[in-house]
Amino acid sequence: MVSHDSHAHAAPQGFIRKYIFSLDHKVIGLQYFFLALVAVFAGIFLSLLMRIHLVWPTASLPFFGEIKPETYLSLLTMHGTIMVFFVLTTAPQGGFGNYFLPIQLGAPDMAFPVLNMLSFWTTFLGFLVLVAAFFVTGGAPLHGWTGYAPLSALPSAGPGEGLGADLWIISIAIFCIGALMGALNFITTTLDMRAKGMTLMRMPLTCWAWFVTAILGLLAFGVLLSAGILLLMDRNLGTSFFVPLVTVNGVLTGHKGGSPLLWQHLFWFFGHPEVYIAILPAMGLCSQLLSVFSRKPIFGYRAMVYAILAIGFLGFMVWGHHMFMSGMSPYTAFAFSIMTMGIGVPSAIKTFNWLGTLWGGKIRFSSPMLFAIGFVSLFVVGGISGPFLAQPVLDIYLHETYFVIAHFHLIMGVASIFGIFAATYYWFPKMFGRMMNEPLAKTHFWLTFVGAYAIFMPMHYYGMAGGLRRYSQGTEVGWIHKLAPIQQFITFAAFITIASQFIFVFNLFWSMKKGEKAADNPWEATTLEWTTATPPPHDNFGGITPVVHNGPYEYSVPGAPRDFVMQTDAPVAARH
Amino acid sequence: MASFSTTATLDEPQVSRGNEGGAPPIFGGGDDGRAGRGLPNYPTRLRRARLGLLVALTPVLMLFVSFTSAYVMRQGLPTWDTRTNQLVHDWIPVKLPALLWVNTLVLLVSSVGMELARRQTKVRAAAVSTQPAGPAPAGAEGKMPWLTMTIALGLLFLLGQWMAWKRLAASGFYVATTPSSSFVYLLTGAHAVHLMGGVVALLVAGLFVLLRRPVTTRSIVVDVAGWYWHFMAALWVYILCLLEFAR
Repeated sequence: MVSHDSHAHAAPQGFIRKYIFSLDHKVIGLQYFFLALVAVFAGIFLSLLMRIHLVWPTASLPFFGEIKPETYLSLLTMHGTIMVFFVLTTAPQGGFGNYFLPIQLGAPDMAFPVLNMLSFWTTFLGFLVLVAAFFVTGGAPLHGWTGYAPLSALPSAGPGEGLGADLWIISIAIFCIGALMGALNFITTTLDMRAKGMTLMRMPLTCWAWFVTAILGLLAFGVLLSAGILLLMDRNLGTSFFVPLVTVNGVLTGHKGGSPLLWQHLFWFFGHPEVYIAILPAMGLCSQLLSVFSRKPIFGYRAMVYAILAIGFLGFMVWGHHMFMSGMSPYTAFAFSIMTMGIGVPSAIKTFNWLGTLWGGKIRFSSPMLFAIGFVSLFVVGGISGPFLAQPVLDIYLHETYFVIAHFHLIMGVASIFGIFAATYYWFPKMFGRMMNEPLAKTHFWLTFVGAYAIFMPMHYYGMAGGLRRYSQGTEVGWIHKLAPIQQFITFAAFITIASQFIFVFNLFWSMKKGEKAADNPWEATTLEWTTATPPPHDNFGGITPVVHNGPYEYSVPGAPRDFVMQTDAPVAARH
Repeated sequence: MASFSTTATLDEPQVSRGNEGGAPPIFGGGDDGRAGRGLPNYPTRLRRARLGLLVALTPVLMLFVSFTSAYVMRQGLPTWDTRTNQLVHDWIPVKLPALLWVNTLVLLVSSVGMELARRQTKVRAAAVSTQPAGPAPAGAEGKMPWLTMTIALGLLFLLGQWMAWKRLAASGFYVATTPSSSFVYLLTGAHAVHLMGGVVALLVAGLFVLLRRPVTTRSIVVDVAGWYWHFMAALWVYILCLLEFAR
């Protein structure tokens, strides 16, 4: 964290210093973004294989051949791990947060640029180590992204639990270190590098969301790292932190006395905040976009800030709701249940304020706005099944079914992804100096929006009817076999939805070269990134130190010459 | 379309909370501390580095909090004994080598040396921070006896910990012997790795003298490494208490 020579670094000249080992937060943000783009297609590819296998269980698939139950578990483990860590944690925070947090705060760079560069390359290394697990003897691990012991702690427990599982744990540990370095930068930058006049309560809600997300990461990733270290010791040094007296194929393992529940506690103490690490940046962004494209101030700015803080705080109190199945005391379960329901309150405040922002606004249905509205929709639909699962009595029935899959994919997966899409369409002009193609963007939106619902809504019914998760096929279980048409429908919906993502990729790369030239402030927004050139110069503001006079959401201010007042414009109060 | 007044949702004019009126906030929100355009001034860099350290210590703390909770939970767990078919406790309290107390003394003395080194460089940096940054003058400015002493004592502590491990193994306690010995190796090892980070930071500070980096830059490294070092000393006392008194 040594800050010598930091933010005064001159614009680099050579290709390697400029684009590879860059200290510029904007380049690092793009590196994170493209890493997430590669990762998301890897993750989608794995889910596609799983969907095909679920409908055509005997079909031979590329790279994996005939899918055995163990292979299916490998696919779902790697799908979950890649998506949660290298997409949902990487793109919204590492990508867009890195690029836009300093600019929105009026800072020339992050507080510790060298650390920022190390943070990206550490994350990148983590991704390589994870993918390497596919290519070692035994293949990728089987234990799911949650890595439950003792399966994850015993190399003899299955193919993929050998070197593959070691690589998985090491990858997660590397990722933790990278994420911690990133969080350190986000927090220090937010607290110490805001421009003159940028008080905390004038920060855009995106910045608030990135800031609180960084705090969550700071508190959560250290715990996951500790769990990973203990697990590696169990696997390689013969200790018994997580492994009880257990046999594998009738042979005693030599471990005794460890507690699988200890792993679950440590993992979910990280795992639940991780859900908010994925979705808080999308919430912040959504608040921003609804205000910009409704041409109205955000409804209840302070309430939004306090709701973000409340969600962050409560996020650490509810990890036990992932463990209702573990035989925990009903009193403990009751406490976790109540706390979980409690998160509904700040979430509802946010939803209410989003609707309040839309109400009576002069709404512009541009593509970023469509994705922001889509986010609200998915957040509500995915969130409403939360209170069902928060009740231990219902959770014990639903926990091992597709109902949970539907719940967390809608709220943590697709809603966050919609945040990433909205951010891409919104900030693309600033990042690349050109507009994305709007008709293609809208086509992409409608196909993805309808497709996401077509995939995940039926999973609720499949789960309630008893369809079990993690089963590679249901042909031999009577009541599951009867539900096969639902799985077929989901798979066909997935084909169309996945195919439509190529519209996005085409639009992304085509628009970089051929898109219409963007003005400096194409959306007529107020925050600082729209005051600077497009794309922003090396020190973000071309030698000017911005001074902030207004809040971030001064739209349709009576008496103002335009329907928006930039944060750097003369104070709105002085106009009256 | 319903005409919801847009002004209704506007909070009170937020300009009053800006810097034009009241006292400047503690962090940011005002002067970003840049002396003109370019390198931020010395107090700003020092403040920023200290804040960064404070933030960086949080996950370190969480790591050891997490280990502690695992320690407490694992200590209370029984296991099934296949010979007697009963639940038994497999937690055998470890008799810690007396050498650990000597090591503790070494680390605490090094912390005192660290504090003297930190104050020494800070005084020097304050003296030159008003002047334009340039190469540090050679001679007395470059001599850092306290820093050298701290590094030496830090390395001595690490050597002592290694010898304590050897003694522990000689008395029959290996990593996997009993859960309590697993935790002894885990906690001492994790602490040693973190302390090595401190040693590296101090070596970098020493290297800055040879490289004639500005004394302000060196002072920031020593200051931050100093607070980190104190944290490591306090953490070690905590770990020793945990292992000794919560066996």
